Amino acid sequence: MATTTTAEPTRRDFIYIATGAMAAVGAAAVAWPLIDQMNPSTAVLALASIEIDLSPIQVGQAVTFTFRGHPLFVRRRNAKEIAEANAVAVSDLPDPVARNLNLPDGAPATAANRIAGAGGAAGKPEWLIVSGVCTHLGCTPTAFEGDFGGWLCHCHGSMYDTAGRIRKGPAPQNLEIPVYTFETATKIKVG
Amino acid sequence: MHGPSTYVPQTGITRWLDSRLPILRFSHDTMMTFPTPRNLNFWYAFGAILTFCLGVQIVTGIVLAMHFDPSGAVGAVPGSSNAFDSVESIMRDVNYGWMMRYIHANGASMFFLAVYIHMFRGLYYGSYKAPREVLWILGVIIYLLMVATAFMGYVLPWGQMSFWAATVITNLFSSLDQITGGIKAGSHIATWLWGGFAVGPATLNRFFSLHYLLPFIIAAVVGLHIWALHVPGNNNPLGIDVKGPQDTVPFHPYYTAKDAFYVGLFAILFAFLVFFAPDFVGNPDNYIPANPLVTPPDIVPEWYLLPFYAMLRSIPQKLIGVLVLGGAIVTLAFIPWLDTSRVRSNRFRPLMKQFFWLFVLDCLLLGYCGDLSVDAVRFGIPMVWVARLGTAYYFAFFWLVMPIIGLIETPKPLPDSIAKSVLGNTAAAPAE
Repeated sequence: MATTTTAEPTRRDFIYIATGAMAAVGAAAVAWPLIDQMNPSTAVLALASIEIDLSPIQVGQAVTFTFRGHPLFVRRRNAKEIAEANAVAVSDLPDPVARNLNLPDGAPATAANRIAGAGGAAGKPEWLIVSGVCTHLGCTPTAFEGDFGGWLCHCHGSMYDTAGRIRKGPAPQNLEIPVYTFETATKIKVG
Repeated sequence: MHGPSTYVPQTGITRWLDSRLPILRFSHDTMMTFPTPRNLNFWYAFGAILTFCLGVQIVTGIVLAMHFDPSGAVGAVPGSSNAFDSVESIMRDVNYGWMMRYIHANGASMFFLAVYIHMFRGLYYGSYKAPREVLWILGVIIYLLMVATAFMGYVLPWGQMSFWAATVITNLFSSLDQITGGIKAGSHIATWLWGGFAVGPATLNRFFSLHYLLPFIIAAVVGLHIWALHVPGNNNPLGIDVKGPQDTVPFHPYYTAKDAFYVGLFAILFAFLVFFAPDFVGNPDNYIPANPLVTPPDIVPEWYLLPFYAMLRSIPQKLIGVLVLGGAIVTLAFIPWLDTSRVRSNRFRPLMKQFFWLFVLDCLLLGYCGDLSVDAVRFGIPMVWVARLGTAYYFAFFWLVMPIIGLIETPKPLPDSIAKSVLGNTAAAPAE
């Protein structure tokens, strides 16, 4: 069969490219639903916030609740633990950022910023509300252990202080603080 | 698959079939007459043993899927779930369910035992060297698929170890947050894998779906692996090329019989584990139902992943730890180009042989470190430093020892041919 060569793009070239482009768009349109179906469903996203009654929690006690499928630590710190958290300079911390969802991104990890919630939380330094998910690989740390009296994660040895800040070990960040509000003096709403 | 066919159909039916679908010709050429070096030793039986393992896992897995309920929803008893309860039901109520599950669970261990021997054999005899690079890389892909499949299978019983293994491994992706800044790509990937904000019922269900799929993908890649093997043919303990028909024997009956014998020995060890020590390699914590609020004091992966776990834990920085873990496996794919020696087999490489055995010891040492708690001290030595040293040698072996030794080593003289080496110089005349 004889073939001819033309310098200009032909109608065949146009049809060829248009067909390929159409197939690519079609493939992308089908691929996204296939990928996105694995993201959290609306039923999972609808998980409500929780309310916690603080009155049964004694000074020095740490209690674990479930919040959005994760453990949540509520700790009523004693005077010594509060003083230890206050005594640390932010410049000495591996992660100097507060990681507190009640504050703007990038707020420094001072002891005051670690207990900053809504509804007068700042006036109640004995209450520490932090996520119980180790920022290394997601294990649940154990309270009152480790070199800093806060938490020790047994999985890979990360140690947190009494403000839930990472002090030693492989975890890159401080324990996250969720959005919370003191609704009354003895009741908080998380989320 | 390769080379001229010697198949001659004997009956009218086979002649008729051969001109329409030459499947008998294909089987005859690949499994009967395929010319195989006559000097393959015991260590070459592990290809057949691995095929046996894959078959056992698929058959027992299909049976278990008939009785398993992948729902992670919490059951009537606090902490229990349909998944955990259905596995216990398989163990207690289903006819021979205990046997199927113990074969499947121990089968994973036997599979990895065989694949590690197979990999070390390939390393020792230089089976990755030209022209077998693609064959080796396909093997690395199969190994990666095996790790993924085994990990997801381990999650399915939904015990404490299942749950926390899933948590730790999926959280490896969150380390990407450290390089993607405000986008938090790693956390989004973790959420996408979980189908929620933590490992939960949605995670279990998709892991079951993928755990059922992946073995069939492995089987397909094994097909490519055997195809890539049949183009250059087998390597052999001497590491020299086949020079003619005198160096080979037909695959059947010589290697079908030899492989079958060793599969039998392997099956005896397998059966001993299943019937006399079925929980020997398992972790007792996995008989506690998954509890998202309590991490067990010591979480460890199954034994076959301990060396990699030791590497991850020995690095104090999250992202670098994850990169080292991934790099340890990805490195394997580069071996064909990292080894600069012109000689394949370590039989003729006096220097490399020593580094090879040191590497085997290093892998065992890393496995030992991975099983200890992170702050363990033995003989006054913090074991995390031993793991760091072991990790350093693991990478140094591939990226420094392999290229350098290949250049400075003087190998021993190679034999003239496989036939001469096997039969002696007097019997070098063509066999058969």
